[in-house]
Amino acid sequence: MVCEMENDHLEEMDVEALSSMWPKDINEAGKQFNIEKPGGDQDMLEKVTIIEEPTIVDFKRLLELTNYSENGSSQLAYLVKNWEYKQANVVRLLREELDNLSKQRQEVELKKLEILEEHRFVEERYGDDKRPISILDEVYDLWQDFPRRRSVVVVQNKGVEIDAEYDTVIYWKQRAMHLEKLLEASVQREQILTEKLQGSIKDLERQSSPVEELSQILKRADNFLHFVLQNAPVVIGHQDKELRYRFIYNHFPSLQEEDIIGKTDVEIFTGAGVKESQEFKREVLERGLPAKREITFETELFGSKIFLIYVEPVFSKAGETIGVNYMGMDVTDQVRKREKMAKLREEIAVQKARETELNKTIHITEETMRAKQMLATMSHEIRSPLSGVVSMAEILATTKLDKEQRQLLNVMLSSGDLVLQLINDILDLSKVESGAMKLETTKFRPREVVKHVLQTAAASLQKILTLEGHVADDVPVEVIGDVLRIRQILTNLISNGIKFTHEGKVGIKLYVVPEPYDGNGEGCHKIVADQSTVSENTRKEDKCLSTSHSSCERKEFHGEKPGEGPFQNHTLNDEPKTPVKKSEALVDGDIENHSHHLETTVWIRCDVYDTGIGIPENALPTLFKKYMQVGADTARKYGGTGLGLAICKQLVELMGGHLTVSSREHYGSTFTFVLPYKVSPICDDSDDPDEISDMADHDTTADANDDDISSGYFQFQPRTLGSLFSSGGSGRAQKLSPNNFGLGASHKLNGFSENSCSFSSNNITSKKMPSVDDTSSVVDASETSSEPESSMRHSPNSDSKIGREKQCHDEENGQFQNTCMYLSHSSRASKEVDEITKPRDPEETCQMQEKSDRSFLCSSSNGPEIPKSALKHNILLVEDNKINVVVAQSMMKQLGRNIDVVNNGVEAVRAVQCRNYDLILMDVCMPVMDGLQATRLIRSFEETGNWDAAVNAGIEQHVPPSDSLSNGQEFHPSTKRIPIIAMTANALAESADECFANGMDSFVSKPVNFQKLKQCLEQYLP
Amino acid sequence: MEVVQLQTRFVEYTASLFREGYLDAQFTQLQQLQDESNPDFVVEVVSLFFEDSERLLNDLTRALNQQSVDFKKVDANVHQLKGSSSSIGAQRIKNACITFRNFCDEQNIEASLRCLQQVKQEYSLVKNKLDTLFRLEQQIVAAGGSIPVME
Repeated sequence: MVCEMENDHLEEMDVEALSSMWPKDINEAGKQFNIEKPGGDQDMLEKVTIIEEPTIVDFKRLLELTNYSENGSSQLAYLVKNWEYKQANVVRLLREELDNLSKQRQEVELKKLEILEEHRFVEERYGDDKRPISILDEVYDLWQDFPRRRSVVVVQNKGVEIDAEYDTVIYWKQRAMHLEKLLEASVQREQILTEKLQGSIKDLERQSSPVEELSQILKRADNFLHFVLQNAPVVIGHQDKELRYRFIYNHFPSLQEEDIIGKTDVEIFTGAGVKESQEFKREVLERGLPAKREITFETELFGSKIFLIYVEPVFSKAGETIGVNYMGMDVTDQVRKREKMAKLREEIAVQKARETELNKTIHITEETMRAKQMLATMSHEIRSPLSGVVSMAEILATTKLDKEQRQLLNVMLSSGDLVLQLINDILDLSKVESGAMKLETTKFRPREVVKHVLQTAAASLQKILTLEGHVADDVPVEVIGDVLRIRQILTNLISNGIKFTHEGKVGIKLYVVPEPYDGNGEGCHKIVADQSTVSENTRKEDKCLSTSHSSCERKEFHGEKPGEGPFQNHTLNDEPKTPVKKSEALVDGDIENHSHHLETTVWIRCDVYDTGIGIPENALPTLFKKYMQVGADTARKYGGTGLGLAICKQLVELMGGHLTVSSREHYGSTFTFVLPYKVSPICDDSDDPDEISDMADHDTTADANDDDISSGYFQFQPRTLGSLFSSGGSGRAQKLSPNNFGLGASHKLNGFSENSCSFSSNNITSKKMPSVDDTSSVVDASETSSEPESSMRHSPNSDSKIGREKQCHDEENGQFQNTCMYLSHSSRASKEVDEITKPRDPEETCQMQEKSDRSFLCSSSNGPEIPKSALKHNILLVEDNKINVVVAQSMMKQLGRNIDVVNNGVEAVRAVQCRNYDLILMDVCMPVMDGLQATRLIRSFEETGNWDAAVNAGIEQHVPPSDSLSNGQEFHPSTKRIPIIAMTANALAESADECFANGMDSFVSKPVNFQKLKQCLEQYLP
Repeated sequence: MEVVQLQTRFVEYTASLFREGYLDAQFTQLQQLQDESNPDFVVEVVSLFFEDSERLLNDLTRALNQQSVDFKKVDANVHQLKGSSSSIGAQRIKNACITFRNFCDEQNIEASLRCLQQVKQEYSLVKNKLDTLFRLEQQIVAAGGSIPVME
């Protein structure tokens, strides 16, 4: 019993400790699946009866489980054992006590016997005494107050106290009664103990059924689990064979128990992952092996979450699966992190791979660049000496040679040319590829370009071929683009065409198309209207990439053929060898004089067609690749590097267009490129009448200088072979005659003219006469590559229609552009003499320029391709610093402008008095008079119409020289506001505000550079 | 091959001039102005600059050694020098001139003299460098090569 008590007590302690550790709030909800009564200090033993607990447990199931599952039974067995042991212990203790008691009883009985014997002896002696009962009764009264059950053990030691005298009857009587009483009490005690023992046994039996104790233990384990799991993001459950929930623990439940117990996953949730998890459980159930899996849920109930699920089958004793235990943990964050990591790792890997790739590419690129640079450098190096060789050979060709020598020389020249061409190609290509190729924008006349290209080709033509060119009416007379490159493309394509054509024709067609790839331009329709003839080109059309177009163009071409310039054709055809220079010189002059309106972009399509061998279809894709030719055969048979088309394509693309080809084997090819051009805005007025008369003149007389502006058709008929080299050199120059249309191969020589000694004198001459002649001839040199020599030689020639003479006429008419130059020289002179010198006639000008500072000369006179509009603008530079002047002047020259220069404010005012300027670039800080004051004076004049302010400032008005009137350039002082741009050195004193305050329109900071000047010009001289 | 070596040297030398700040982008502009019609443009302009600068430096030296220094004149001269040096891209001279002008404004003779020294030194440095560059150019031309174009 003691033991039992202790046990109970211990349990109590345990439970108390547990409940105090258990968080108070855990059960507050009351709706949770595992509900515990608020623990607190209450004795948990009271609730040991599990069934009373509102935990979400199907206890029947638990019972079944413990009964049927192996786990359950083993656990049970252990608990039972434990209990049995305890019970045995209790029984042992009870038995011991029982033994004890029995011993006592025996002793007591023994004593009783003794007493009885004694008593008998006494009775024998006093046998006649017959009233013991009454005495005893009295005695009984004496002992009434004795405690009945004071102590179990003490009894024995109690002596018998009798107050009667020893050995008297009373004594013995009393003693016997006493002993009897004792015996009685002892028996009674024994009875009580037995009863108690039995009660205790009963009690034990009642109290400690194994199930109850097991439940208690389970309960305690459950509590621990609760404690452990209280905040864990886990869901624990048990599902039966049909995967219906029998138990679930979920710390963050979103459903009530009745919604879950007895249902399957699928019945509870919907959404992604639910089915998967159910299937997984089923799988585990079937396979009988525990497994883990990560399942992504996307349910309405708890959103997007990833759970790691552990499912373990539960077996019956018979080994059948009867359900699954399952445990799920929310690992969303971990998975996200993991995925992120994986992604990052992947990215890093990719990055690394890319890096290595890039490094490799860089390496390769560097190598390639180096190789290309090397190639370019080498080519460059080769070109100079080679051009020397070739030009020497050409000179040699002009000397007297016998037939064999001439043949050898011809081979030499053609080989030299080929190598040169190759080198040029390589250089071009590397230039384009390295991005160093810069496009220039200049005005040019497409008709002339076409004509020149054809002329050039015709000049070197060694086959019986007809070269023709057609430019549609709607192609503007002048457009803006990089004429050199366009020419290069055309030349390349034409020579390609010629190379692969043995009979028939090679030609160029030019017409306007709307935006690229839009097949039906207006030009086409127009053309269709007046077409009548059917061309032999029809056959080659089959494979045309854009059929509608090609048919149009073909028609157009032939339809208009008779329309324009037939006379011209005839004259041309007769004289294939005549030099081109004259006409070109004039033509270029015309370009400058020509003017336009509208600044728009026009797309011009150019077809270069031939009736040659064509290109097999399978070769088309690689056609534009570098060093690719149709076949090895082709290369052997026709030569060439395979660079030409690649260059053309790159150039075209660089200019924003595209190059395509269509071809049919044995019938010919057509190369087509479409390029955007700007159509130049207008400029002009004053020069127009002259120009028109010029043109009219040319057209009607149909002489060698026939103006190409109006003519859209050119044809070069076959001529005899072998004239290429014999027609060169001096022959060309000498054979010049006014009525011949130039077909000379002059272009060849020009590149080298400066290197060759025979031309040196001419070069010098041209440098020495830098005015009009120089302008035009240099323009020619760069544009059409004609020799400066020729213009010189023919100037004395009185044949009136030759270019040089023409120019002279123009000069006499006062219609040339170098009036401004007079002034600029004059101003320079004025620096010294302080007086504006009179304009002179051309020769005098030359003289004067010779004398004057050379750098000034160079910069003011010859420039490449100066557009007419640019030349027409009068620009004044006011700057005292000589170096700045030189630099600015050179830049302006490169920008195609000639400028007048004066050195201080006073000179600036004088210059404005003498001439109308369209733009003044004004330095601010200058000696004598600074730019600010000069500007104020000029503005004052513009406002008042008089120079009073200037006179007040000490500048007497200068009367324009009367000679200028005779030049046809009457000077009408204009009071139109001249844009004045300040040039400041960014110093504080020359702040922008000050400039504006003094009437300047804008300012550029010094040092000036191209960019700034260009912007400025574009803004103020559109 | 000698030409190639010369050219390489030329390129490197030019690059070093830019790198060390003797020249700036304006010089590139000058180089771009040089073409067939003007083959010696850079040399011409730079020679002009040398002449001009020497004259200005002499004037300056004289002006600053006068009893009473005419700072207006000095300033005008320095302004000229500054303008022309910035025009050819000789930026170290230009920078020295800028400092110089500040002292002119202050009429500080001592500092001006120091600046003049500085400007003279920069001038002779640039002159040497450019002379070397042009010599190299001549050598290249003499050897039959062409002057590499600086990008």
